[in-house]
Amino acid sequence: MLIPLRWLADYVDITLPTEELARRLTTAGVEVGKIISSAGEWDGVTVAEVVDIKPHPNADRLVLVTALLATGETQTVVCGAPNVALGQKVAFAPEGTRLIDGHSGEATVLKRAKIRGVESAGMVLSEKELGISDSHEGILVLPEDAPVGEPLASVIGETIFDLDLTPNRPDLLSVLGVAREVGALTGRKVRDPSIVYEATGEPIKGRARVEVVDRDLCPRYVAALVEDVKIAESPAWMQQRLVAAGMRPINNVVDITNYVMLEMGQPLHAFDYNRLKGQRIVVRRARPGERLRLLDGTDRELSPEMLLIADADDAVAVAGVMGGAESEVTEETRAVLLESANFSATSIRRTRQALKVETDASRRFEKRLSVHLPPIAAQRAVKLMIEICGERAAQGLIDVTAGKPKDVRITLTQERLARVLGVELSSGEVRRVLEGLGFGCRWVPPDRFIVRVPYWRTDVAIADDVVEEVARVLGYDELPTTHLRGEIPPVQRQPMRELRERVRQALAASGLREVITYSLTDLPTLQKVLPPEELATTPPLRVANPMSREFEYARTTLRGSILQTLTKHIRASGGRLVATFEAGRVYLRNGNDLPHEVETVCAALSGRKPDRWGQPTGEPAGFFEAKAHLEHVLADLRVAAEYREVVEHPFLSGRTAEVTIAGRRVGLVGELHPRVAASFEVKQDIAIFELDLEALLPHVPVTIHYEPVSPYPSVKEDLAIIVDEEVPAGRAMSVIESSNLVRSVSIFDVYTGLPVPKGRKSLAFSISFQSGDRTLTDEDVAEERKRIVERLGRELGATLRALNKLRRP
Amino acid sequence: MTSVSDPISEIEESAMRELGRVSDSSQLEAWRHGYLGRKGKLTRVLRGLADLPLEERRSLGAEANRIKLRLQAAYQEQRARLEQDRVAKVTEGERLDVTLPGPPLPRGSLHPITQTLRDVLEAFENMGFQVVEGPEIEWDYYNFEALRIPADHPARDMWDTLWIDHEGDGRRSMLLRTHTSPNQIRIMEHTQPPIRVVVPGKCYRFEATDPTHEWMMTQVEGLAIDDGISMADLKGTLTEFARRIFGEERSVAFRCDYFPFVEPGMELRIDCFICRGEGCRTCGRTGWIEILGAGMVHPEIIANAGYDPDRYTGFAFGLGIERIALLRHGVDDIRHFYANDLRFLQQF
Ligand SMILES: [Zn+2]
Repeated sequence: MLIPLRWLADYVDITLPTEELARRLTTAGVEVGKIISSAGEWDGVTVAEVVDIKPHPNADRLVLVTALLATGETQTVVCGAPNVALGQKVAFAPEGTRLIDGHSGEATVLKRAKIRGVESAGMVLSEKELGISDSHEGILVLPEDAPVGEPLASVIGETIFDLDLTPNRPDLLSVLGVAREVGALTGRKVRDPSIVYEATGEPIKGRARVEVVDRDLCPRYVAALVEDVKIAESPAWMQQRLVAAGMRPINNVVDITNYVMLEMGQPLHAFDYNRLKGQRIVVRRARPGERLRLLDGTDRELSPEMLLIADADDAVAVAGVMGGAESEVTEETRAVLLESANFSATSIRRTRQALKVETDASRRFEKRLSVHLPPIAAQRAVKLMIEICGERAAQGLIDVTAGKPKDVRITLTQERLARVLGVELSSGEVRRVLEGLGFGCRWVPPDRFIVRVPYWRTDVAIADDVVEEVARVLGYDELPTTHLRGEIPPVQRQPMRELRERVRQALAASGLREVITYSLTDLPTLQKVLPPEELATTPPLRVANPMSREFEYARTTLRGSILQTLTKHIRASGGRLVATFEAGRVYLRNGNDLPHEVETVCAALSGRKPDRWGQPTGEPAGFFEAKAHLEHVLADLRVAAEYREVVEHPFLSGRTAEVTIAGRRVGLVGELHPRVAASFEVKQDIAIFELDLEALLPHVPVTIHYEPVSPYPSVKEDLAIIVDEEVPAGRAMSVIESSNLVRSVSIFDVYTGLPVPKGRKSLAFSISFQSGDRTLTDEDVAEERKRIVERLGRELGATLRALNKLRRP
Repeated sequence: MTSVSDPISEIEESAMRELGRVSDSSQLEAWRHGYLGRKGKLTRVLRGLADLPLEERRSLGAEANRIKLRLQAAYQEQRARLEQDRVAKVTEGERLDVTLPGPPLPRGSLHPITQTLRDVLEAFENMGFQVVEGPEIEWDYYNFEALRIPADHPARDMWDTLWIDHEGDGRRSMLLRTHTSPNQIRIMEHTQPPIRVVVPGKCYRFEATDPTHEWMMTQVEGLAIDDGISMADLKGTLTEFARRIFGEERSVAFRCDYFPFVEPGMELRIDCFICRGEGCRTCGRTGWIEILGAGMVHPEIIANAGYDPDRYTGFAFGLGIERIALLRHGVDDIRHFYANDLRFLQQF
């Protein structure tokens, strides 16, 4: 909403500087998004009065002008303007002012100068120097009543507030409404525009008829009739105001309806009285299939949800949204039937959404205007029509309404006011604020106010709404600030969130870079990275109104987006190892209910391993590098997992494992199938791992239980066995670990080739034996080792290759 | 009978001579063993003293002890010298160029949004708020209706919505939540006051992106309800938060704003730290930067939760993490966050 301040000043005295006024309005909830100054920058330029003129001692065509700048403050400057005269009000610029140079037309800063030997610190300005016009013949002469010392911009500049309004305040979609705010904030009375006129025509009764069929959609319909209309341009002042407020002047009648809408907030519509068949207005729902050509030139099919204005035969307007072309006011129009109505906000909103047209009228109606307003606005428009075009107004108005609308009364207690604001305010202060806003406010001792809400405030309904009115006018910053007291509620743990954050931390610490990607994706991406059967059993949720095909489906895996990001990182890295992860939710369809949102982690890495200098070596990172990060995070969580080779899209078989705990899958680690990598335009190996945090959570110990450190020495032994190549090392590890004298075991060599027989491999383990209750003897260890080797032989077909007792620390 | 003084002074002389030729610690140890060890020459003399007459024992004993002390001191001195020589040799021969880098370890990082979110949550946790989370795909009921934003309410235009294609039972509409505020309702449904929670999470809007708009964003919702919570407490909490995140010296200001689910409603602004209140591009020439929206929980919502609206009051707030991260780090375009450019992420 654009509010020209000169127009605003018609209704309220503006006592604050522009910036300060904007600040006060903004603070009170009426956000001034922008201050538009059509006058350009006149910082420092003020109104001055010419109090003396003397000839210049060294130049015939120059004079010395003494300007009164403020009470008792004068400045004498050199002036060459032929039109300068004693007593004139002029625009004065002190040195340092930014101006347009009168000769060159360039922007410049006014400096103190000697002109023909006389020092001059300042200047009386021409229109050109102010950037108003190209006139540089003489100085700009201001109106006689221009106050000395006032900033020039406040006297002749057009300053416009561009308001960013909230949807609860339709009353502010009017200059008068903003004037009421200004009045309340600055303690000034508001001057309502006059609605008094002399109706010299025949009464409207009997010459026009209004029939409201659908009362629920039209609580009030007021019509006025103005005759002998002379369609012409509207007066310059009105056109200027409309332009300043962002509207295009059309003709005097249409301009007046727009002017009153901008002034009071009530949309009006002018019909050509003679083109209305039967001189009748019927307010009704559209018939199925009914059509109307609108003012914007489009031909629309209407539906029965839409409210229409019709004449005796046909639709002439879509109520509250847009008029029809047939009944439009034209040059031939001689009489105008003026509509000033109130329509159901919901109906207007639905209609404009269905028709996809938003107008100044629909914007106001859909925010629920006051039912009090139509007759007031109608009278205002009629008054302006009489004044501007000299027409004849029919006596009276047609007013179809369910009855006189009631005032809203609210009881506000002092207790409530203090409870919400945290401060006690005096009853006098509360009354002053509310009355300033146009509220009626009666103090009912000992403890309450009866508040009458002014008709234009359709947003105020309950006591707390009134509390806000008081608070915002006083200024939130003026109210006290305290700290929360009282009981802190008992803690409820959030295990899933805590796990996710721990995993995040551990992965970042292990050298992975976190990314956050969009939750929506497209079907081709999901198809690339998910097994087809998984996509078939859990089809992703689709967005009904996607912004683009790229973001059409709620993702059911993080793989796609992490690979898209990794691809970008690979391009930026020049072969260096890149490693990223994301922790986020996937959305799994859940019948008719909200989807199951599963916290998931996915990581991907690619590139060549670094050497001592961090330079890429020839060796690409792959499965084991990914697994290293995975093992790091699981170790950090104190979780022991098992790995089992699986074959699964989109991974490379033979290089992929599922991660299980107690037989349940909690994740996957593997190398991406090169064909899939190629579909992301990557030619190098990519390794991925992912964790389903929901599956993992039950296996993560909440606390770490300390195990006493054994005071007895441990015995370290190396053990090498030979097994068939297919036997996973992990199984041999499990067998060794299952001995209760084995404190830890680690693998340190895998070897195939001579002398190991073909089809077999050698696995070497370093084992630490220890007991919690005694010192193990060599015999104890030998016996236990023997049992282990026997088990390895029995279960895995292993044979002992070598044994080496290393040390006893 | 030989004079005992001769061998003892010879022992001293030869010991000192040999010590002068010692050049490493094993030779030194051998020397010590030879003279001062259990079977060393000097030790043997001392042990032999017992066989001598008292007077001789006395004079020779004193002399032998003097020599023992001298050799011990010389030994210590020589050992120190050898150690020093060895260190000097090592340092000389194996000097490192200390300006060379260590073998680089991979450096990971948390996303800047994660980092800022953690700081924001920590600030509130320190004020007694608990962190909880809620669903990102929501019912219209929680996202709008229960928050006093019924269908066809003009306030719906404040949140352009991405809807889920959902047949369902035909009554409930599913959407990508446009804000974290639905959690106000969800929390009140299963909790009794006092309540003090913050709810972080992703939100989504049907929105074209530009340097200040993203369609996916991370918000934090706050909610506190109790007997006796006022707008003054809300102001205090938010002021404390702003100073914890943006620095002690920040000025904060509040202005009236509108959200259907609060009354009174407000917006928190901090003084622009780029122009220090003078007005610049970042603050839209106002000198103030909008940080978050807040207000007192609407009494209808309190009543709908089954709480006594005359007794319980509360406040709610919602803030955008991207905006805070943008301001903290001086990032010029919000789209950087989810573009995940390596050169961007590496800076955090
Ligand atoms: Zn600034």
